[in-house]
Amino acid sequence: MFVRFAPALTIAALIGPIAAGVIGTLLPAFGYFPALAGRHFSLAPWHALFASPGLVRSVLITAFVGMATTAVSLTLVMAIFAAFDGTRQFRIIRRFVSPLLAMPHAALAIGLAFLIAPSGWLVRIAAWAGAPIERPPDLLIVHDRLGLSLMAALIIKEMAFLFLMVLAALPQSDGSRALTLARTLGYHPAVAWMKAVLPRVYPQIRLPVLAVLSYSLSVVDVALILGPTTPPPLPVLVLHWMNDPDLRLRFLAAAAALLQLGLVVGAGLVWIALERNIISLARPWLIDGQRSGHEYATKVVAGAAVIVTAGAVLMLTTALTLWSVAESWRFPEVLPPTLTLTNWQSQIGAAPTPLVASLGIGALASGLALVLTVGCLEHEVRFGRRVTQRALWLLYAPLLVPQVAFLFGFDVVLAAIGIDGGFGEVLAAHLLFVLPYVFLSLGDPWRAFDERYRWTALCLGASPSRVLFRVRLPMLLRPLLTAAAVGFAISVGQYLPTLVAAGGRIATLTTEAVGLSAGGDRRIVAVYAILQMLLPALGFALAVALPSLAFRDRRGMSTGA
Amino acid sequence: MKTIEKREGLVLEDVRLVVEGRLLVDLSLTIGPGEIVTILAPSGAGKSSLLAAIAGTLAPAFRLSGRMTLDGQRIDGLPPEARGIGILFQDDLLFPHLSVGGNLAFGLPAGLSDRVARQKCVEEALATAGLAGMSKRDPATLSGGQRARVSMMRLILSEPQALLLDEPFSRLDAALREQFRAFVFSAARAENLPVLLVTHDEADAKAASGRIVPLRSG
Amino acid sequence: MTHDPRRSGVPISRAGWRWAGALVLAVAANIAAGSALAQPRAPDPKDWPAVLAAARSETVYWNAWAGEPRINAYIAWVGEEVSRRFGVTLVEVKLADTSDAVAKVVAEKVAGRIEGGAVDLIWINGPNFASMQQNGLLLGGWAEELPNFRYVDPARNPLVRSDFTVPTQGAESPWGMAQIVFYYDAARLKGPPRSIAALRDWACANRGRFTYPEPPDFLGATFLKQALIALTPDPSRLQRPVSDSDFAEVTAPLWAYLDALRPCLWHGGRAYPDNQAALRPLLADDEIDLAFAFDPSAASAAIASRDLPQTVRSYVLDGGTIGNANFVAIPFNAAHKAAAMVVADFLLSPEAQARKQDPNVWGGFTVLSMDRLSPADRARFAALDLGIATPSLAELGTPLPEPHPSWMSRIIEDWRKRYAAN
Repeated sequence: MFVRFAPALTIAALIGPIAAGVIGTLLPAFGYFPALAGRHFSLAPWHALFASPGLVRSVLITAFVGMATTAVSLTLVMAIFAAFDGTRQFRIIRRFVSPLLAMPHAALAIGLAFLIAPSGWLVRIAAWAGAPIERPPDLLIVHDRLGLSLMAALIIKEMAFLFLMVLAALPQSDGSRALTLARTLGYHPAVAWMKAVLPRVYPQIRLPVLAVLSYSLSVVDVALILGPTTPPPLPVLVLHWMNDPDLRLRFLAAAAALLQLGLVVGAGLVWIALERNIISLARPWLIDGQRSGHEYATKVVAGAAVIVTAGAVLMLTTALTLWSVAESWRFPEVLPPTLTLTNWQSQIGAAPTPLVASLGIGALASGLALVLTVGCLEHEVRFGRRVTQRALWLLYAPLLVPQVAFLFGFDVVLAAIGIDGGFGEVLAAHLLFVLPYVFLSLGDPWRAFDERYRWTALCLGASPSRVLFRVRLPMLLRPLLTAAAVGFAISVGQYLPTLVAAGGRIATLTTEAVGLSAGGDRRIVAVYAILQMLLPALGFALAVALPSLAFRDRRGMSTGA
Repeated sequence: MKTIEKREGLVLEDVRLVVEGRLLVDLSLTIGPGEIVTILAPSGAGKSSLLAAIAGTLAPAFRLSGRMTLDGQRIDGLPPEARGIGILFQDDLLFPHLSVGGNLAFGLPAGLSDRVARQKCVEEALATAGLAGMSKRDPATLSGGQRARVSMMRLILSEPQALLLDEPFSRLDAALREQFRAFVFSAARAENLPVLLVTHDEADAKAASGRIVPLRSG
Repeated sequence: MTHDPRRSGVPISRAGWRWAGALVLAVAANIAAGSALAQPRAPDPKDWPAVLAAARSETVYWNAWAGEPRINAYIAWVGEEVSRRFGVTLVEVKLADTSDAVAKVVAEKVAGRIEGGAVDLIWINGPNFASMQQNGLLLGGWAEELPNFRYVDPARNPLVRSDFTVPTQGAESPWGMAQIVFYYDAARLKGPPRSIAALRDWACANRGRFTYPEPPDFLGATFLKQALIALTPDPSRLQRPVSDSDFAEVTAPLWAYLDALRPCLWHGGRAYPDNQAALRPLLADDEIDLAFAFDPSAASAAIASRDLPQTVRSYVLDGGTIGNANFVAIPFNAAHKAAAMVVADFLLSPEAQARKQDPNVWGGFTVLSMDRLSPADRARFAALDLGIATPSLAELGTPLPEPHPSWMSRIIEDWRKRYAAN
């Protein structure tokens, strides 16, 4: 019964909040919001928006950060594949990327701020090593005006995302055979990858790339921690206006949220136009017969990207860990003079609520997403309809539409129909962002499942649900748990959906970490950031350990079905 | 295991299978109890699709018409688990997450609910297949021939009324193939089952020593 | 070490559309329903034994900003005490932002819930109080009838009756005092500037060593007000609502001052710290030499928590600094008004106030007047070691009053236009 309605439920869970939210934003943006005495449509919010000081700079910075982040991450990921695909180093890189993807944006941003601030760890290490630094340099690094440190954090994360997306696309596009073929034709590895593999892979990662573009244009939590402030990027501006005690600003905020949506759409179109140009410019190059070129440069750039990223992530994780057990750690001390567990005890021992909330919401959201996803995929199996390209766009909708453009509107609509969301609303908001990742993660292994197992079981007289629960799900335990862990990691990292849907009444590790990051106590911020990293890591560890434990006597299950 | 009542075997009447406007199968055929009929055709001719159509696991892209009955009962339209048709593929398809015994028990009907009796059935089946005492083993640790026999016994335990064989011998090497072929055919005859074998291997067809029919009779 | 309910550990929180919508609907509903909605009779604090009797075995849901563990611990202690003494159960509803509680009350009023509301007590002051009071969301006339209000002297401390110039009218009971205090590391800085004018000269002689939180942050805005009071020729004009005609004239000296100060600030004024708490690590890490807080015990508490070195000291500018009071209020529809009053009264008791002022517990300054206390209670306060970096009451002096709230929003708006938009 459930299987029959699973696709409809899933589409409702994905599209309902977005559609409702966009309407809830659209109406006030044109002056209509009866509760605030806006009973007539007008352009007043737009006049106010365009008259607000600093708007142009906000928009320009947002566009710059978004486009540059996407272009740089994509370029570096392509360089890494071109330089290392098929090598021994590549396997090491691969192992490093998954945990990086699981690391919440906020934790990474907090850690990066610890590292690169004028009184941060890097400067302290330089001073300790003998550099002539007596005081922290008066340099604007964190919150810099061009958003460079914001971009740095985003690039680290988005590289990990795109890397895994390319990795997932390679088998479908027969990448490794194409690479081998090109090399037997005399092409050097990097050129072979660029000419033979990339043209087939890119169409498959196009949606993920657009999702990266949208995310980088609309990110709020990382922008709060590292982004420019005078003025801040557009999404942060929207958030400030939404939260201003002056209620009339809500109209302005709605207009700005719509502008944000327009910015994302516009940037997407520009990106697609750029794509076209590059493709047509590259076409002659693909077939010019040149078999080598820039091999060395590619290796250097890719190698540097990997080393800098790995180094930064290792160092910032170490810095966070040290902060979380520091009694005090003042400039220019290169290491904390005394270590203590007080920070952990006072935060988690005394008040485990955010930890419990993160765990609970994450478990429920990923569990629900898993149930819906399994329902949809089983629907495909039983009724034989495959996910079309259009359905894939639906799946990506929550990742493409900027959060600020619909989350507030969603909240308005719920309030208007008398639903005081609280926990349920938070869950719905999390589900929205967890679902696509769980679906994308589980879809391929599910469809790669040998259907003859199902037929065999059916012909042995087992009912379809018995086949599902006794054959398919146990055999797919590993990818199921991996998908759940991915969903859990996504849920743990959610900032804006938690904040907006819960109205501040439910604190999670992420809202606490981001909230406290503006404050002074880095020891406590570090505790939350570390927990924020540990939780998803724990999820992935379980996803690896449980199947191995459950099937320790089953060699056929060791590689995963 | 089954008493012989009035049985008519597997009857296909004007079964036509069309995909993308192409006629793959056009067949009328009766297979009596204990009879083995072979369809000999090259790969890609639609043999597997025909078996899927009979078993009820056909992909929606195919258009199927005609009548199919098993022991006088109409089976087209029934879900696969209700047709009483067992199928053996070229791979053994033992469930890797279950033990050898677990795989066999999976085949046993739920109606046999006594645990001890179920275990006894499993042990007997293993003994029949020459695998006594291997109930707790991981299927991945068995040899190819052993796995194939477990697969067949799992099918027999599910008490099918007819047997479909989808090139089940092609993955085995020559010596094992003959052995397993004999095992399957004798088991099927012992149960007095109508058997439809599809293969591209003439040796299989010969060993079945029954009728050989083409995919399209019309 | 903030103890102000308007500021929060979470810099932004959705007060929300829901809040907005509900507020307007509330006003509309109010008008529509008119006086037809007669409120049920509230307990009368003049008959205190009756209040105590009614309060027994009630549960009070106290909605309080919960961004500071020490404050939560203090509230937990209050809970134990009122349970033991009065049989009142106290539940702290932890808020990221006080406006969330306001929203809850507004939503209830819209839904027509004129009794049995979910919020019994709110830690509040400033704009949230003004907004609730304006919309008739608070129980009035009870606060000054509490038995322990006799220890409060509104004549000496007018801030307990005037919340950001808005008269409290007995609708909120004073709980704590806050005041701007500057702090610095005496081991690094000798002779810190003691006036707003001297501050600019010092900052420009030591470029990059001073900053203030970015308005609209509360402390940043208060710094602007502090400077405005010091610079404008006639500070008394600030006690009246702002008008277009005098805004430019009154604030001209402030902008001239800030224009001159800006290039001398930390990072040349191209970025500002987020809030009061963010100033502390900047001082600790030698990025700046002078910081300030809306809390006289902030520096001592930071020393105790090892955030700042032992050599940090604090002081108040010559001529005084801005101060205000914070309060607890009871919503008009609270389900447990009697018990809420009992809690509010206990909060005013010399014992609770002295414990609160103990820097090892919290360090929040008292609203009581020492000369109204019994000798034993006075001794309780006298015995407190306020901490090496906390100014004495004499050093703190009389706090300067907050300007009318309307000045604050205009100044913030102009500040953002000038310094945050290019």
